[in-house]
Amino acid sequence: MSKEHIRELVVLSGKGGTGKTSVTASFALLAKKAVLADCDVDAADLHLLLTPMVEQRHAFMSGHEAVIRQQDCTGCGICMDSCRFDAIRREDISYRIDPVACEGCGVCYRLCPVKAIDFPDRVCGEWMVSGTRCGPMVHAQLGVAAENSGKLVTTVREQAWAVAVDKRIPLIISDGPPGIGCPVIASLSGVSLAVVITEPTVSGLHDLQRLLALARYFSVPTAVCVNKWDINPQQTERIEAAAEAAGAAILGRIRYDRSVTQAQLQQKAVVELEAAAGDDIRVVWKQVTELL
Amino acid sequence: MAASSRNRSYRIAVASGKGGTGKTTVALNLAAMFGEPLQLADCDVEEPNVNLFLRCDQVEATEVTMLVPEVDQQCCNGCGACGELCQFRGIVAIGTRALVFPELCHGCGGCALVCPTGAITERPHRIGTISAGQSGAIRLIEGRLEVGVSLVPPVIRAVRDGLMDGIPAILDAPPGTSCPVVATLRESDYLLLVTDPTPFGLHDLKLAVALARELNLACGVVVNRAGEDLVGLYGYCRSENLPVLLSLPDDRQIAEITSRGDLVARVLPEYGLMFAELAEKLKQELGTTGGTP
Amino acid sequence: MNTIAFTTAGQELAAALDPRFGRAANFLIYDTDQKTTRIIENQQGRSASQGAGIQAAETIVRAGVDALVTGHCGPKAFKVLDAAGVKVFNCTAATVDEALQQLQAGKLTAAENSDVEGHW
Repeated sequence: MSKEHIRELVVLSGKGGTGKTSVTASFALLAKKAVLADCDVDAADLHLLLTPMVEQRHAFMSGHEAVIRQQDCTGCGICMDSCRFDAIRREDISYRIDPVACEGCGVCYRLCPVKAIDFPDRVCGEWMVSGTRCGPMVHAQLGVAAENSGKLVTTVREQAWAVAVDKRIPLIISDGPPGIGCPVIASLSGVSLAVVITEPTVSGLHDLQRLLALARYFSVPTAVCVNKWDINPQQTERIEAAAEAAGAAILGRIRYDRSVTQAQLQQKAVVELEAAAGDDIRVVWKQVTELL
Repeated sequence: MAASSRNRSYRIAVASGKGGTGKTTVALNLAAMFGEPLQLADCDVEEPNVNLFLRCDQVEATEVTMLVPEVDQQCCNGCGACGELCQFRGIVAIGTRALVFPELCHGCGGCALVCPTGAITERPHRIGTISAGQSGAIRLIEGRLEVGVSLVPPVIRAVRDGLMDGIPAILDAPPGTSCPVVATLRESDYLLLVTDPTPFGLHDLKLAVALARELNLACGVVVNRAGEDLVGLYGYCRSENLPVLLSLPDDRQIAEITSRGDLVARVLPEYGLMFAELAEKLKQELGTTGGTP
Repeated sequence: MNTIAFTTAGQELAAALDPRFGRAANFLIYDTDQKTTRIIENQQGRSASQGAGIQAAETIVRAGVDALVTGHCGPKAFKVLDAAGVKVFNCTAATVDEALQQLQAGKLTAAENSDVEGHW
């Protein structure tokens, strides 16, 4: 199957907690055939609903870290004096680098007069290819305190594409990262459609506008869906108006429903239960398929 | 880190493993019921939204800058040492010139150090803005990242540097556990973790606790939307010796009031009381433990 | 112009032209005198966490190309290529071969600037 025939859908939210992952899982169930990609690598949750069986694990390497070989250190302190990130402290007669604070810039490694500092590649997390009841899934987990540049997101997407081509699956559904920074950009560029799940709050509107501006920047078609819309119907209308003004399609609304949490507790997607919100999601999904 | 130092009052960071657990809501309502003058720092510099809830007077804005290289092309001999050292492509040697990309620079100073001809000097480059204003008893300090800048921690460090001595501070962290969160938590005395009793909430709480342990930071938990099965969550907290300092019910009113930009502690007295109690418990945690686990 | 780089995910002239530069899989280097092709993988650009366009630009500059033909080129990559004297041609052809034909027929003009906004 050639790449031209594959569609990629990313589900984004601007801020976290709008129900993005829950909706993505439901989309995965409703789609006939899809590869799932969990691009929310900092706080990956999709696997909690799709219960993947891991088939492959790979270390994710990004950048470097500096490590002092204590036995070769002469205690001159040049490393500490030159570190702009406060990552080096004195320890007994030598020095130690805090791996969490180390920026991986390589300055101390270059300046050490006795070459007592190593500069290995840094393991920042891992990515996995797994099987689920909805199809193959590529997911990852960023290491604690790791840099979140978007590189791991790019890796997850690339691997999802490879699986889609290999298994001849014409759709990739991606659970996107929150925010509007580098990880979101990495998940957005070149997709067929960005679906934004938002909530009817003051911050929901504010963050939606920033996200829509970002999608426009990358010429990605967008569609908006307000979740828990009945919490604040007035704000819902404001959000839909703002979305339309920004050129986004309106997909419909999902109501506030405790079944969403019930589904999580049962490790299922909302559409696998008898739930009003599930019916709302089915309507939204139909709209999505028409746009794709 | 001792909370009783004469110059610095204590700092409580509010974080959560995932977004949307109600972290900013908790930080704001806690600040509103703190019972004494305090500072509230919005460290979610990519998406600062604390300001949406507080009306501030006397807002002052200052630039946050980082040192980036400037190349005197006349002195540059095209040796390429700068580009070779740079891990971030902030400076690139092409032909007989060195090109600078300030938005990628991490400010390590390495290029200036290795340049054999002294062609590189460093100058301040704007990466964000700090705004400070007063809202009643709360002094709000907000960090905002300049659009297009990739490096977040220096702006968060600037927010922390903007905190005044002698007044307690609450820091609203960005979501997650990656390096912007670490930058917020540095030099904090206590970490308040906001979670909800869903499987997502518990999973991401564990990630946040792992980070707290890595940073040797004492922590406590606030459970938001506590309407469902709490056994798993409470069991976990017990096994990790994490005090649950507040449990907010799964009350639709909280969502409605917050969605309007109001503070539930100011609108509904029963919640005002809950947050005032949270403030008291936190002060006790900091008084007895001194902030170390 | 003797040596031209084309962005592609494939290995030969019939392969599709990759619209991206910084994150393209490979560069197909075509020698107009010898009429030969060789492939350079865009290892650096693909694995960069930031500045992918810059890495890709450095790669093809080191390979000694005179020109680049691609779908889009961002501002940072353009700045590097411009400094190195590499001409940039934006092209919407489907394959490398079609792009080469368009170039040789004089249908493409050298870009004055990047044609898209940057990202990492």
